[in-house]
Amino acid sequence: MKLIFEKSMPGHRSDLLPALDVPAFDLPASMKRAEKPALPELSETEVSRHYTELVQQVHGVNCGFYPLGSCTMKYNPRIDEETAALEGFTHVHPLADERDTAGCRKVLETAKELLCEITGMDDMTFEPAAGAHGEFTGVLLIKQYHKSRGDEARRKIIVPDSAHGTNPATAAMCGFDVVNIASGPDGLVDLDALKAALGPDVAGLMLTNPNTVGLFDSNILEITRLVHEAGGLCYYDGANLNAVMGVVRPGDMGFDCVHLNLHKTFATPHGGGGPGAGAVGCKAFLADFLPRSVTMDGEGRLQVRSFAGNFLVVVKALTYILTLGREGIPEAAENAVLNANYLMEKIKGTFEPAFDRVCMHEFVLTLDKYKKETGVSALDVAKSLIDYGMHPPTMYFPLIVHEALMLEPTETESKATLDEAAEIFRKLYKQGFEDPETMRTAPHHAVIGRPDEVRAARNPILRWKKEE
Amino acid sequence: MNYPASLQYSRDHEWLSQEGDIAVIGITDFAQHELGDVVFINLPEVGDQVTAGEAFGDVESVKAVSDLLSPVTGIVAEINEELLDSPELLNDDPYANWIIKVEQVTDTEELMSAAAYADLCETEA
Repeated sequence: MKLIFEKSMPGHRSDLLPALDVPAFDLPASMKRAEKPALPELSETEVSRHYTELVQQVHGVNCGFYPLGSCTMKYNPRIDEETAALEGFTHVHPLADERDTAGCRKVLETAKELLCEITGMDDMTFEPAAGAHGEFTGVLLIKQYHKSRGDEARRKIIVPDSAHGTNPATAAMCGFDVVNIASGPDGLVDLDALKAALGPDVAGLMLTNPNTVGLFDSNILEITRLVHEAGGLCYYDGANLNAVMGVVRPGDMGFDCVHLNLHKTFATPHGGGGPGAGAVGCKAFLADFLPRSVTMDGEGRLQVRSFAGNFLVVVKALTYILTLGREGIPEAAENAVLNANYLMEKIKGTFEPAFDRVCMHEFVLTLDKYKKETGVSALDVAKSLIDYGMHPPTMYFPLIVHEALMLEPTETESKATLDEAAEIFRKLYKQGFEDPETMRTAPHHAVIGRPDEVRAARNPILRWKKEE
Repeated sequence: MNYPASLQYSRDHEWLSQEGDIAVIGITDFAQHELGDVVFINLPEVGDQVTAGEAFGDVESVKAVSDLLSPVTGIVAEINEELLDSPELLNDDPYANWIIKVEQVTDTEELMSAAAYADLCETEA
């Protein structure tokens, strides 16, 4: 399809701007632009059609099943959008007087209280803009803690090889050396490898539990005990909290700080390009190091983002928690785990799970053997699924599994959808032996076929330029 | 798969050839095949120290980013700058397109012959 710039027609206009309701202000000549900006010229009808056409090019949770592993692509109730659209929240100015923002502060305080209860933490900040920013803030807490005790020798952060790529990146951005430890054959942290890595130079451990292959690390209490014994702190990556929220708390597992992807686990569509909210919770002994914010002030506190962070994402999270309630939150987690196990069992016998045991909210298939037998790769299966109106699972991740497909159905899918998906997987499995060529060239019925990913990575064109 | 008999191979899928005192290092046909289309490469600088068994750079393919592990300890004498602009050369011919040359080699990992390496790839594949 054409870009909006390519659809521009000189003279087409939309009168979308409301009437000026404040005194007009004339900028000094030095600050005025000499030339008109090169904006596209379209009527409102044309703009509306353009964005509708864009919508038709993509697949969202509203279009169909979206089992993109590690991403928790669940359906988010409309009510969360409705509360976030309330004028009292959308029209508030961040510099407004305190007495005019009492309601907003109440939202932040209530959300903090409930999320601290869910995570087993004592305090929390909503400033970080998303997950990676939250990780960065959380690891800075650990850094500051050691510094405050004069313990500057702790230069290392331990990260298991099953971690999300952001974990080692975060540790490196915070100035730590990253120590990677291998997983055991069971996909869990290898305790001997952990013991060997621990020492007086270790600042902490970053861990996701359940981990990236969808397994709950049953040694978690031993893991956090060992790290603490060596003087390190434990950081919980909340990426996979959807599997355990309301059931088990990171604080009780022995973690000292945690980040949550509110825009993933607690409403707000994930993967929509933002905004997000990477709330960071911590135990009381770290609370003094939290950034300054609406609910936390005081000497020496710095900010990691302007004002109160992405406040409306917190409004959605609070709505989500209050509508699901004390019963609904753990029920959502239980159904996420149940759905994943159900789908895994239904697919078994064709594509095989990389780890044949009860999984949490997601599971990983390995197509290593299948690829050797049929020549059809995980990528080909993923592309073939598009022709069935399903979003492909995550591919080639985690790196520790060959020809991986990672599925996370989430709790918001019905048994009927899961049955249908399993049927499609079984059908494709067979097709690989009978007609691999069709799968190698799939999708055949999608708006976009196989984009040239190599060329896109090597020569990306990220900006439209006017033809001279 | 092609594993020239004139080269030595590491368990981490790098090849090594000795040119006088200089160790020439690249990735094997198996490695480029497993990686898929290479889109970026990060290389050390001339004069950098490399350590046997540790990363000296990384390659990014459409699938993933992987470390390049050095089979020797020494000092980088030369890097193949052509790869920075055209990393796809690693897919085209991983043996003609060496990655780094190392001098003052003080330690070398245990390396394999082409036949032994072919057996290893057979079990990993």
